[in-house]
Amino acid sequence: MTSLRHRIQAAAVAAALAIGALTACSGGGGGSANGPIEYWLWDSAQQPGYQKCADAFQQQNPGLKIHISQYGWDAYWSKLTAGFIADTAPDVFTDHLSKFAQYVDLKVLRPLDDLGPTSDISDGDYQQGLAELWKGQDGKRYGAPKDWDTIAIFYNNAALKAAGVDPSELQNLNWNPTDGGTFEKLVAHLTIDTKGRRGDEAGFDKAHVKTHGLASEGSGGGGWGQTQWSAFAGSAGWQATDKNPWGSRFNLDKPELQNTLSWYFGLVRKGYMPSYEEIGGANAVGTDKQIQSGTAALGLSGSWMISTFTKLTDAAGKKLDIGLAPTPIGPSGKRASMFNGLADSVTTLSKQPENAAKWVKFLSGAECQNIIGQSGVVFPARPAGTDLAIAYNKNERKLDVTPFTQQVKDKTTFLFPVTTNAADIAALMAPRFDAVYIGSSPISSLNKLNNQLNDLFKVAQ
Amino acid sequence: MATATPTQQQASRRKAPTGYRDDTRLALLFILPALIGFAVFMIWPTLRGIYLSFTKFNLLTPPKFNGLDNYIRMVQDPVFWNALKVTLYYVVLNIGLQTVLALVIAVMMQRLTQKTWLRGIVLTPYLVSNVVAAMVFLWILDYQLGIGNTILAGLGLDRLPFLSSDTWVIPTIALINVWRHVGYTALLIFAGLQLIPETVYEAGKIDGASEVRMFRSITIPLLRPILSLVLIITVVGSFQVFDTVAIATRGGPVDSSRVLQFYIYDVAFGRFQFGYASAMSVALLAVLVVITFVQYRLTRAESSDLA
Repeated sequence: MTSLRHRIQAAAVAAALAIGALTACSGGGGGSANGPIEYWLWDSAQQPGYQKCADAFQQQNPGLKIHISQYGWDAYWSKLTAGFIADTAPDVFTDHLSKFAQYVDLKVLRPLDDLGPTSDISDGDYQQGLAELWKGQDGKRYGAPKDWDTIAIFYNNAALKAAGVDPSELQNLNWNPTDGGTFEKLVAHLTIDTKGRRGDEAGFDKAHVKTHGLASEGSGGGGWGQTQWSAFAGSAGWQATDKNPWGSRFNLDKPELQNTLSWYFGLVRKGYMPSYEEIGGANAVGTDKQIQSGTAALGLSGSWMISTFTKLTDAAGKKLDIGLAPTPIGPSGKRASMFNGLADSVTTLSKQPENAAKWVKFLSGAECQNIIGQSGVVFPARPAGTDLAIAYNKNERKLDVTPFTQQVKDKTTFLFPVTTNAADIAALMAPRFDAVYIGSSPISSLNKLNNQLNDLFKVAQ
Repeated sequence: MATATPTQQQASRRKAPTGYRDDTRLALLFILPALIGFAVFMIWPTLRGIYLSFTKFNLLTPPKFNGLDNYIRMVQDPVFWNALKVTLYYVVLNIGLQTVLALVIAVMMQRLTQKTWLRGIVLTPYLVSNVVAAMVFLWILDYQLGIGNTILAGLGLDRLPFLSSDTWVIPTIALINVWRHVGYTALLIFAGLQLIPETVYEAGKIDGASEVRMFRSITIPLLRPILSLVLIITVVGSFQVFDTVAIATRGGPVDSSRVLQFYIYDVAFGRFQFGYASAMSVALLAVLVVITFVQYRLTRAESSDLA
């Protein structure tokens, strides 16, 4: 009898997963009609700035209260999903371009045009192209722009000095998929094996590397290589989809991408970049920690990481001297950087949508974006806010952030690919790109992946 | 023939003294709370899960019936078959090692020591939650920063990518979970050992049997019903491995630790395809029912040699 009961129990548990798990995921969030406006974000570095915005908002709107919750990136999205299901989702949350299309399809976002306070948000108030990204295929606005980000090279000045490299050399690097250009030469020179030989010296032991020239944040399959290979593929003239936003045909089979990746992941085989195993696979250590621990000399990362990088210290607690350089010029003759931005969205679950919209309007307005600009954590979406952030970095951190801003000025950016079915795309892409990074699948395996992605949209239509 | 006896028995029971019916009612009353819980939390979700497996469902809009589509997709889905393969590999490693180790520990607790604190220590890893255990081991086994690899390097050995190579990942996860569960399994077996009368061992000793011989000829045969029960419980649990994978590897590298439960979770909560996830859950249910039935029959769990 006992075993029979266990059998049924176990069987029921297995089949009930889809439903049973839901009941377990509750708590947190949950706006009510009279309570505070619940606001979620994932970046702890940004919380103090937005708390200041909340304080200012509360002062100007007596009777309205803002409650900010912060959850780390991974927990954030699963908590949000659970919140939509269990009716505990926040009124307003920080949204990402890779996610919002799915939420529009699931009908959990309110069009901001339909809400009084946000109905008059104007595209022209923000850095060019940012606001348009947040319009759905129905033409409605689902997010109010809050910030933008581009990609640049972060380097450890001490590593450059030890290698006898002049930092100004980094401002004009180039690369190509054949021999890697001056970028690969630099990365090779900055690589040091356990016996102290550099990557471009005779006898270099690529199997026992102490410091890699270039850090790695994984295969990039889950996010279009944003901080991995996107700057290289972009400067080779590659576009991820037939059109952006709302592309439905993919370009993973194009030689521009495959040659780029072949070169990029080839750096692993040469010992210049850490392998998948070294960085810890699915739980990859970030570029900041690789530079901090001395396992990498430089790495590509996003502008949202500026404050993290400038706070890095060595083992003795001394601040690291971190510098910035623009992404290298590629075969197209230009640099390239992915251009991405965050926005605030109002959920359909909000019991006080008009108040929520007031808060969103404030977040996307000049006052709050200036506060954020002065905190120097990210580049606000409004040009005036951006200028304040540039000034903050120059004065407080003695850091020239031109490598991030120049790309926007020069229009060498390309947009983060916005598509529907983003979760399916990431689920298909991540393992396949991991396999290419590891070396267990050839680059040409991306052709099959490309067909699978195209098929997703055939089924959907 | 076979039906004759029970009928007679039932017939004779009907002539039992009055008051018997009242007992039934009382018994039902006592069973009722458990029965309601069982129906609400087990039977209903199971039935609903089976229903959802025939629908397209994103949880936020009503399910749409789509017949056998999910099952057809499942049969054609290489990731599903790989997940099944990976899960089986994990179960074989995990249960194989865990059962042997637990048996050894249980027998040592029974035959060598009577100390309660020592028995308590064996159980301590079980007090650590799966998630915490996974996170701690993730750090210990980190390729560059983990103390495990620092020790390996200190011994002059090559560092091992425990959780980030397709060769090592499943054995590593299996071992982490053996570490956590072996004490509990040992305790279950130990309870079974206590049921074996001491007199049998005394008889063995008088006949001059060694410890090993007594283990093979007395302990194992008399432990069989308990052992098979323990196996059934642990195998079912092992098939549902999830937390360690979710924390330590998220299914990687590539698909080499994408066990079935994690794939189901990912499809459901990551991609909002609850219909397809339910279909795979039903498949897992079917696999577990078959395996449990086979185990039950093969080990003759329902009968004991003690009588």
